[in-house]
Amino acid sequence: MATETSQPTTDGQPPRPRAGARPSTGSAASPASATSPGSAHAIAQVRVPTRSIGGELRAIRVVWRRELIRFSRDRLRIATSLVQPFLFLFVLGSGLSSLVSAGTHGVNFKTFIYPGVLCMAVMFTAMFSAASIVWDREFGFLREMMVAPVRRSSLVLGKCFGGATVAAFQGAIVIAIAGLVEVPYELGLILELFGLSLLLAFAITAFGMMAAARITQMQSFMALMQMAVMPMFFISGAMFSVVSLPRWLAILNRIDPLTYAVDPMRRAIFAHMNIPAATRAALAPGVTWWGWHVPTLVEAGVIAVLGLVMLTIAIVEFSRVE
Amino acid sequence: MTSATHDEGAPAAAQAANGSAGGGDATPAVSVKSLVKRYGEVEAVRGIDFEVARSEVFGFLGPNGAGKSTTINMLCTLVWPTSGEARVAGHDVMRERDAVRRNIGLVFQDTTLDGYLTAEQNLRLHAELYGVPRETVAPRLEQVMEIVGLWERRKSLVATFSGGMKRRLEIARGLLHSPRVLFLDEPTVGLDPQTRSSIWGYITELKQREDITIFLTTHYMDEAEYCDRIAIMDQGRIIALDSPAALKASVGLDRVRIETPDRDAAIAALRERFELEAQVAEGSVTFGVPAGEQFVPRLFAELGQPITSVSVSRPSLDDVFMSYTGTTIRDAEASSTDHLRNVARMMHR
Repeated sequence: MATETSQPTTDGQPPRPRAGARPSTGSAASPASATSPGSAHAIAQVRVPTRSIGGELRAIRVVWRRELIRFSRDRLRIATSLVQPFLFLFVLGSGLSSLVSAGTHGVNFKTFIYPGVLCMAVMFTAMFSAASIVWDREFGFLREMMVAPVRRSSLVLGKCFGGATVAAFQGAIVIAIAGLVEVPYELGLILELFGLSLLLAFAITAFGMMAAARITQMQSFMALMQMAVMPMFFISGAMFSVVSLPRWLAILNRIDPLTYAVDPMRRAIFAHMNIPAATRAALAPGVTWWGWHVPTLVEAGVIAVLGLVMLTIAIVEFSRVE
Repeated sequence: MTSATHDEGAPAAAQAANGSAGGGDATPAVSVKSLVKRYGEVEAVRGIDFEVARSEVFGFLGPNGAGKSTTINMLCTLVWPTSGEARVAGHDVMRERDAVRRNIGLVFQDTTLDGYLTAEQNLRLHAELYGVPRETVAPRLEQVMEIVGLWERRKSLVATFSGGMKRRLEIARGLLHSPRVLFLDEPTVGLDPQTRSSIWGYITELKQREDITIFLTTHYMDEAEYCDRIAIMDQGRIIALDSPAALKASVGLDRVRIETPDRDAAIAALRERFELEAQVAEGSVTFGVPAGEQFVPRLFAELGQPITSVSVSRPSLDDVFMSYTGTTIRDAEASSTDHLRNVARMMHR
């Protein structure tokens, strides 16, 4: 499809014997190939096409695919990034269950924290994907991409989509075990959870890319990650209900982007379960802005807009030349 | 539609561009005019001018921190020049960055391969980034991997490759899109002597097989000998530019090195008795004389200082460097502006 248009082939002509494209090679190349008996055929000359939208799409795809290949090769990473959500869900969740049973109105505490744990799994994977650009910089691969005749924005987009895909995949694994914590497997719910995971994965990767544009050392990036991810996780209400919070925490909670992923997920899960309205109001009251209940679509919009803003900043940062 | 007109126009435009780039040998592969790069206070490149003819092997020789890499990075559109002008394959490195990038291949000092991918995947990724037409990828891939002798290892993960194999794979990758100019930044640094010479074998073979201009930097004197012409660079300036033979001929003097217990006395005696200006280089008293071998007996007879050993050598590029800068390249390296190098490193991350 798009790639076809980028290739400068006309009316079905094979592009290889493009003798006319490089008029000079006709004379220069033939003695050269004659001197090397090893190569029976003439040199396969390649002409790099000029910049086109197809070329940019191809660049996005190739960077995206590289992320997937790298991720699939790194089995350890897949395994370790699942440890944390399981710890939270089954160790912390089970351990705290009896302690908090009075406040959960009979709802399984693990079900309650499930959306937060899902978000955390997505968030960590997305941040790790973004970290790979710091890695690429340290190991030089970034330069290989930076000198290619494509826009930097294509590279950043490809990287961002790649990170988002990998993180959403990780989210899908956590969604797959939803049944273990009494979350029903209903298509609408699964799709909503996955959609929100994808959106969150994209936004967090964009955030990571934005940070990676300025941070050149892995250690610093990891430190930043710890500093950003854990507070975001705790403040978002992943572990508690956002009802009757102290004022300062309520404000922080509304600022925390993760709030807008955890909240719609929890409301969706509860809506698909047989839970009394009073319990729902206590455990998943929904985010309010000055008393207004923010609907799911607006919450998704908040994440999307934040993601796009950070992506734009990342693109601008990476497009700078010394 | 628009695509039709575009397609019809493209070959013609390409032809025109190629014609101007290298059709007649009139247009040089690289031309640089008063190019300057400043990093804050530090002037890494202080106004250099040179031209590289088409199909030439052109070398930049100089100690680390001389500004070689900075120059290459400017030519590759990775670093924005402070002032001056540079054209690569007929395209301006500031105004036509994309055109420049399409026409160059790059092999950096540090490896830029992805160790998680196989050799072939690395090259395919490159082919896609450069938009190499799909039908051409397979034959071209085999060809470039054959050139560097890695075709059998194409399915191996790059992480399992040795330093020399990685460098060879990078050369193959740099060639994949048939660039007009291949830039090699210190192509053999950090490799053992055997691998170094095999890399040079590939480069010389390449010169015969491909219609390509090779632009490289090195701080190894012996490697500069492979070049058609070399520019000697020191502290951000080009101090000499010619073929290796012509440069050596320009020195005209043989180099004599003597070991002596009292260097200062020996230098003084040389000045007094023979009117020769000697320097201490790499721990030995060194000076240049015409016909060095005939001079040695006189030296022993008339110096009046004990000499523990003596050696005479024909002028090398090292002597060329020394005659222009008064120091050897290794000494220059040791005392060289480490600061400058660090700045350059920092900026090139």
